[in-house]
Amino acid sequence: MIRTINRRNWLAGAGTLATLTVQPRLLAAVSEPVQSVLKRDFPTAEIQPGRVNIELPALAENGNSVRMKISVDSPMTPTDYVSFIQIIAQANPLPDVARFDLSHANGLAEVETRIRVSAEQDIVVVAGLSDGSLWSGSAHIVVTVAACLDALY
Amino acid sequence: MLKARISVPARARQGEIMAVKTLISHPMETGFRRNSLGQAIPRDILTRFECRYNEKPVFTATLHPAVAANPFIAFHVRAQDSGKLEFIWTDQDDQVTRVTRELTVDPAA
Amino acid sequence: MIFCALLAGCDKNPTVIDDSPSAPAPVATAPLPEMLSGYHFQSADTQALQDDQFANPGMLWVDRGEELWTTAPQTGKPACAGCHNDAATDMAGVAAHFPKYNKSLDTVVNLEGQINHCRVEHQQSSPLVYESDDLLALSAYVGYQSNGLPIEVAIDGPAAPAFAAGQAYFYTRRGQLNLACNHCHEDNVGRMLRGDKLSQGQAGGYPAYRLEWQSIGSLHRRLRFCNVGVRAEPFAFGATQYIELELYLKWRAQGLPVETPAVRR
Ligand code: HEC
Ligand code: HEC
Repeated sequence: MIRTINRRNWLAGAGTLATLTVQPRLLAAVSEPVQSVLKRDFPTAEIQPGRVNIELPALAENGNSVRMKISVDSPMTPTDYVSFIQIIAQANPLPDVARFDLSHANGLAEVETRIRVSAEQDIVVVAGLSDGSLWSGSAHIVVTVAACLDALY
Repeated sequence: MLKARISVPARARQGEIMAVKTLISHPMETGFRRNSLGQAIPRDILTRFECRYNEKPVFTATLHPAVAANPFIAFHVRAQDSGKLEFIWTDQDDQVTRVTRELTVDPAA
Repeated sequence: MIFCALLAGCDKNPTVIDDSPSAPAPVATAPLPEMLSGYHFQSADTQALQDDQFANPGMLWVDRGEELWTTAPQTGKPACAGCHNDAATDMAGVAAHFPKYNKSLDTVVNLEGQINHCRVEHQQSSPLVYESDDLLALSAYVGYQSNGLPIEVAIDGPAAPAFAAGQAYFYTRRGQLNLACNHCHEDNVGRMLRGDKLSQGQAGGYPAYRLEWQSIGSLHRRLRFCNVGVRAEPFAFGATQYIELELYLKWRAQGLPVETPAVRR
């Protein structure tokens, strides 16, 4: 059964024994659109849950513009920094949302943007570190449908 | 006509981590919508955003149609030397919008 | 019952509206005990976006308006700034008094109408098309100079007939659903119309950035939605009926602050 990632499982893993939960389990747990993006972009690397913190409203009153803030636990030094942050929205018509490339020059591994969310789903974020390791997190969101009144025009 | 807003300090101390915020007018038309006559509205999106600090790229974003209209992107840059910050948006047809800001960096206290 | 029809096939829990005949409210007493801006009916995230002077996307049009304010037309006539100087001082509070009676036109005009009057009369240029980015930008820019100031319109003298017409319009049932403005914006304030929480229908935030539109839009664009929502034929942008209605709405909103550019869902 393909089901979306459960945020609580991920966070629990992140807090304690993050490294025990490795890619095979993650890939088995995520939906097909996420899997295909992960396979395309990270064919060999393991993705571990953790390090990725996501601020996303649990309920968006309009899916056209939803604030999303991502931070990754990292000292952001020349030898230990976040090199990218990628957002995947599995229930959108296209799962790719955005990818941000960073370096120690940023000083802080934190990005904020506004995204389109077309349906209730878990938004997945993958972060790549300078040592080549991959980390991930997700956040669940419910989207209110606009009143029919407006759909009419 | 694209209109961009940038929020970045004009002056900072060396080593200071500066908050940078950007907003640009753009429909980010997904290509999935139809007009009132039922015709598909062609896709029209910004595909890339880059911030350069004294010519060196320090932050790059690859954008897809799921980025909301009038893209907002906020990030941080560590102040190093005085000079210029460039903000460059590129659309799917390689049209470029560029905004430059001067930055004065004071020696660390 | 009426709402079931309105929401046919689109709501699991239709709201039922009391459709008893609505008596026209008497002039000069506010129809609602407490005036609440549409701001109060938005989610915390939408409110935060409106409050954020940088990230509020409506500010993109305000910035564009500032540019237009100082740009002289091709006709050799002065820019807006050439006659009105600094908008921050000369236009402060101005939008809060619109719509108002314009002597040279001998009619009540809204802010968009006044701007176009200046374009035609004082700049010998063509009027800007309603809902064009340029007219939205100029009205948002002029409106923004009144941000936070209380709305106060004159409804007496030459404005009286327009006010009366606007008030009558507000309380008149229309459309296939046979609903008047007050059925939603007075009798059912705070109730859900599917994903939308009904507000008092206050007009102080316009031009406003709507997440649904992914753009800024004029009050008349909003009013067209409300007309179509009850399956009534909407009027054209800038129509006299909408300007009269706008005058009534602004009188009804008196004391509420101008919020241009507001953000709505
Ligand atoms: C069927 C219900 C319905 C009717 C009837 C209706 N509206 Fe609305 N109106 C809405 C909804 C839904 C919204 C968006 C949510 C809100 O602010 O209430 C809205 C929004 C508005 C707003 C914007 C409020 C803001 O803060 O952004 C104004 C102004 C407005 N209506 C005026 C009117 C006027 C004038 C009429 C009569 C011509 C009218 N409405 C009739 C449902 C209705
Ligand atoms: C050549 C001078 C001139 C220019 C240029 C001009 N205006 Fe005006 N404007 C006036 C005069 C005179 C009035 C008052 C009488 C009237 O409405 O004609 C006025 C009134 C106004 C008012 C209403 C002020 C109030 O207190 O009610 C606004 C708003 C306004 N103008 C905006 C603009 C904008 C926006 C532009 C540029 C597109 C512009 N004007 C260009 C001369 C000018």
